[in-house]
Amino acid sequence: MNRLHKILLFVLLAVLIPVAGAYANEPEQKKEEQKEKQLDVRAFILEHVSDSYVWHITKVGEHEISIPLPVILYSKISGWHVFLSSVFHESPSYEGFSIPEEGKYKGKIVEKNAADEEIRPFDISITKNVFALLFSSILMIVCIMYVARSYKKNPLQSKSGFAGVMEMFIMNINDDVIKPCIGKGYEKYAPYLLTVFFFVFTNNILGLIPIFPGGANVTGNIAITLVLAVITFLIVNIGGSKEYWKEIFWPDVPLWLKVPPMLPIIELVGIFTKPFALMIRLFANILAGHSIVLGLTCLVFVTVKLGVGMNASMTGVSIFFSVFIGFVELLVAYIQAYIFTMLSAVFIGLARVEPHHKH
Amino acid sequence: MALLLPESGLLFWMLISFGIVVFILTKFGFPVIIKMVESRKTYIDESLLIAKQTYEQMAVVKAQGETIVDNARKEQVKIMNEAAQMRDQLVKDAKEKAGIEAAKLVEEARKQILIEKEDAIRDIRRQVAELSVDIAEKVIRGQLDKKDEQMGMINRLLDEINISKS
Repeated sequence: MNRLHKILLFVLLAVLIPVAGAYANEPEQKKEEQKEKQLDVRAFILEHVSDSYVWHITKVGEHEISIPLPVILYSKISGWHVFLSSVFHESPSYEGFSIPEEGKYKGKIVEKNAADEEIRPFDISITKNVFALLFSSILMIVCIMYVARSYKKNPLQSKSGFAGVMEMFIMNINDDVIKPCIGKGYEKYAPYLLTVFFFVFTNNILGLIPIFPGGANVTGNIAITLVLAVITFLIVNIGGSKEYWKEIFWPDVPLWLKVPPMLPIIELVGIFTKPFALMIRLFANILAGHSIVLGLTCLVFVTVKLGVGMNASMTGVSIFFSVFIGFVELLVAYIQAYIFTMLSAVFIGLARVEPHHKH
Repeated sequence: MALLLPESGLLFWMLISFGIVVFILTKFGFPVIIKMVESRKTYIDESLLIAKQTYEQMAVVKAQGETIVDNARKEQVKIMNEAAQMRDQLVKDAKEKAGIEAAKLVEEARKQILIEKEDAIRDIRRQVAELSVDIAEKVIRGQLDKKDEQMGMINRLLDEINISKS
């Protein structure tokens, strides 16, 4: 507790002392110069949270350090193309493809058709997100299979180390989330839900690591959450019991509520809103987390024009809040994976209702 | 707004990689782990149950053993008592028998002594009789040296016989 007080005091002093001295010798010159160089925070954040053809690492002076990623395209005009994204460093267009800076397809590879319009080829490039996705998938398979193998080797031995932690983790989700939410017959769904949990969790955590191969905004991308939500939707509705469908189309309510099919329509909409909520929740939470961290980091650069004192104090604020948000995001990474799994399990459980016992 | 539109390329790769992940992990990953953990759990539960049962059985066996030991001890005491009784009885019987035997022997000895005594008495009597007869002969011979004395003797004897006859 004492140590925490000291840290807080240190941070506070680091913030306040430069502020006190800030207005004493505020430099008047260079202000105009800095205005030109001012950072477009919105563009910066959007660029970082969206997908990209290169894995940008840092910039040393004027030299960009980035990992080029393979581009795989199918054009209706010229067929298949495979090349590294680094070709765009040398010239803005390659084999008729280019990345526009403006317009509808900003930042995406386009080609020109006969009418000189920009069109998108079928693009299955290994982008930053795809690379991070593949990396996390392999990581996940390796981790889980390692645990599974250690169980196959010594089934009755109690595990320690990594396998022990994973066992605790897996069994916690299995016993405390999946089992009570689905109820009877949960065994059939447990492997899928556990996979979803660890998929979301792994990608969330990797997204928090700022250096390669982490830092990609995978679970904060709507394509990822869309696939997860659609698969959950299919599992929920394919596994739905007779009673579940009966409650949707012919619920146990007065006739006037269902003859002009008011309630059935509401229920039918509900089928789609549930996975839709799953999709948006995960996407928005992770996107927001990344945006906040980036925004706080930008605070350092935005406040440069306010002078050295202000800039230094705001740097302190930025670091303090970044650390704080980092911890919050760690929690969010777990909570979002947990909620996604739990809600999926609840929806599956709701779709497997047994007929009510009538007296 | 671009953020809200799913990219087809990412969708494609997500479907493939997530599909593979789901396939591998739901087939070879999680079911194995869950099954093993659960089988271990049941194994532990069963072991505990067996241990408990064994413990209970042991308690029963122990109790049985104690009753057996108790019974044996009682039996031992009983047997010891019986043995003591038997011994006493035997000693008593032996004593009685010995007493009877001794009495018998004493009786026989007494009888023998009586017989011997009678014999001895008889012998003494005979000897006394013979001696007395001899003495009497000698006395009589001495007295009957004279004729009249002889006659007087005969008469007196005759008288005596007559007296005894009448």
